[in-house]
Amino acid sequence: MPLFPGGNPRTSGHLISAADLTRDDAVRILDTAEEMARLADRPIKKLPALRGRTIVNLFFEDSTRTRISFEAAEKRLSADVINFAAKGSSVSKGESLKDTAQTLEAMGVDAVVIRHGASGAPYRLATSGWIDAAVVNAGDGTHQHPTQALLDAFTMRRRLIGPDAGLGRDLAGRRVTIVGDILHSRVARSNVDLLNTLGAQVTLVAPPTLLPVGVEGWPCEVSYDLDAVLPKSDAVMMLRVQRERMNAAFFPTEREYSRRYGLDTQRMDRMPEHAVVMHPGPMVRGMEITAEVADSGRCTVTEQVANGVSIRMAVLYLLLGGSDHANANNTANAAGTTARTEEK
Amino acid sequence: MSKTLIRGAKVLGGEALDVLVDGETVAAVGAGLDADGARVVEAEGQILLPGLVDLHTHLREPGREDSETVLTGTRAAASGGYTAVHAMANTFPVADTAGVVEQVWRLGRESGYCDVQPVGAVTVGLEGKQLAELGAMHDSAASVRVFSDDGKCVDDAVIMRRALEYVKAFDGVIAQHAQEPRLTEGAQMNEGTVSAELGLGGWPAVAEESIIARDVLLAAHVGSRVHICHLSTAGSVEIVRWAKSKGWNVTAEVTPHHLLLTDELVRSYDPVYKVNPPLRTEADVTALREALADGTIDCVATDHAPHPHEDKDCEWGAAAMGMVGLETALSVVQHTMVETGLLDWAGVADRMSFRPAAIGRLAGHGRPVSAGEPANLVLVDPSYRGAVDSARFASRSRNTPYQGRELPGRVTHTFLRGRATVMDGELV
Repeated sequence: MPLFPGGNPRTSGHLISAADLTRDDAVRILDTAEEMARLADRPIKKLPALRGRTIVNLFFEDSTRTRISFEAAEKRLSADVINFAAKGSSVSKGESLKDTAQTLEAMGVDAVVIRHGASGAPYRLATSGWIDAAVVNAGDGTHQHPTQALLDAFTMRRRLIGPDAGLGRDLAGRRVTIVGDILHSRVARSNVDLLNTLGAQVTLVAPPTLLPVGVEGWPCEVSYDLDAVLPKSDAVMMLRVQRERMNAAFFPTEREYSRRYGLDTQRMDRMPEHAVVMHPGPMVRGMEITAEVADSGRCTVTEQVANGVSIRMAVLYLLLGGSDHANANNTANAAGTTARTEEK
Repeated sequence: MSKTLIRGAKVLGGEALDVLVDGETVAAVGAGLDADGARVVEAEGQILLPGLVDLHTHLREPGREDSETVLTGTRAAASGGYTAVHAMANTFPVADTAGVVEQVWRLGRESGYCDVQPVGAVTVGLEGKQLAELGAMHDSAASVRVFSDDGKCVDDAVIMRRALEYVKAFDGVIAQHAQEPRLTEGAQMNEGTVSAELGLGGWPAVAEESIIARDVLLAAHVGSRVHICHLSTAGSVEIVRWAKSKGWNVTAEVTPHHLLLTDELVRSYDPVYKVNPPLRTEADVTALREALADGTIDCVATDHAPHPHEDKDCEWGAAAMGMVGLETALSVVQHTMVETGLLDWAGVADRMSFRPAAIGRLAGHGRPVSAGEPANLVLVDPSYRGAVDSARFASRSRNTPYQGRELPGRVTHTFLRGRATVMDGELV
């Protein structure tokens, strides 16, 4: 059986970085997520695919939506779910990541979904030999957030191509603009990697202070001028800008940031009619996005949340459903098959 | 007193000669010397160098004896061919008083493996605010000449100026850890294309270079000596080269790891590659090698920084910075400088013994191999090839970036004032 994901042999069997996904891996996840999304439209939203498997959500950083999204995905796949928040646990008493992970594995965990403030912590967990469980990165420091990039790509494919018409297809030729705090954003890094793999053209827009040194080597365009880029965008992704950044002199004031890089209705009108506005949440209304834009029909924020569950189901299904099961070769179409079985 | 005849070694890589050691000194150097009852060391094919001198070692005692002690650290030094090391001041308590430097100095004397020359802190508690009693440390039994807040930068320009001026009274030198603190808040690795991709906080080259530029100007202004610790960027090389061209009293060191490793290794997120200053780029490595070859960089210093296993067996962000280096330094220099043709063995003797001893004003070390000189010597087998195995280290810590990597050369014998501390590759 070929490696999954196939882009990096060191991390196959895990999902650590969007850069580890080949084009075929990514399309396969999006197609599987489409099957999962159909399940959500039915009265009984559960699949027996991961019955008897245990997944721990290991969250060292506060997160509400990502943790709940993973939990919903796991439960819909009938997995047993353990939620572990670092606060109030032995981690706060000085236990190391290694000991925490080994303790959980000793309890028979099949997969670890990890959110950690330190870039590279999931990679370390997957490659250091500490544990054997599959590792899914739910966001690490300012490094990667691969399921966010996948759900964003899924949302774009559904909106710009269509749920059925999109099956089997990538995002070739689509123009995606990502605006905001690129420097501190794992969402931006993951999206640049994945969208490039899927054939989209990415433009990053930010004040120069919020772009990393070395960004010129990334597979994307960079612009400081939002108004010039908007008419040439099929999707505009606004990133959250934390007010505290102002104190570290990344920009002079909140108002100046909004004026130059915020999306209001006037700016939104410069976008092509079919173009969508995206946001990974949580939004800072009045900072990077006005309430009018956030609440408009072009904004996909709530769809992104719904799609997140489908994407996480697909990822967990493909990572866990296909391994050490008797019919290991059926992974690609199995989601559809299982869903249909459930219908009977 | 005992006598040892080292037979047929290439002295500083040159002519094969016999060297007779009598007691603590070299008695004779020549061809066909008579053993005359001396213990004979057959050294054909081996290189004889003056005992190596390290300007930058962390021995961790007092305070962090779980990672290294003066005894284990000096055993590691002897294994690596060193006969003298400068022990950095960032211990607990900090070596900022005559009492602490004398303690470290005495522990070194008791170890018997290697001379330990304590480095004194520039400021009280390494806090960069108030000058430590530099004169008292100089006047103590430890006779401190080198002062450094290593691990922290003396970033206040006035404090740095005063320190440079003050140590002129006893021919001291300020060894600066050049790191502009505001530019390196949250820094985890070299700032560049790799850090951007990995999402790790960047440590920009300019944070080192701006401090070096300021300090060479300050040293020139007050007519004092400044030494730049672990210089790591191509830009820093340019500044030091310019300062030297003006005739200013500036010296600099480079670590073995900055001569070999690059930030590409950080892609593994393995904290064994986490070090301060961070691993830089291939272009920096090339510039550092050339600068060491042409003498812009005066010497190799290990920045031997032992850490216990648990401080490296974790995620990158939580890991300690630093690498052990005493037992691999000479091999890395052979690999990066000698086998590339950049430096001959006489050059290695200069950069790893003569010059560091001169910068530290260290008596009895960094002397030529000739009759009447102290018998601080090291024999190297340059033909040896083998993988680095940290399980064999004499250091208490194992945080080497070279584990399993094949490196050339091996120290077979080290003599400290005529006494063998290493014989046939084993500590005595």
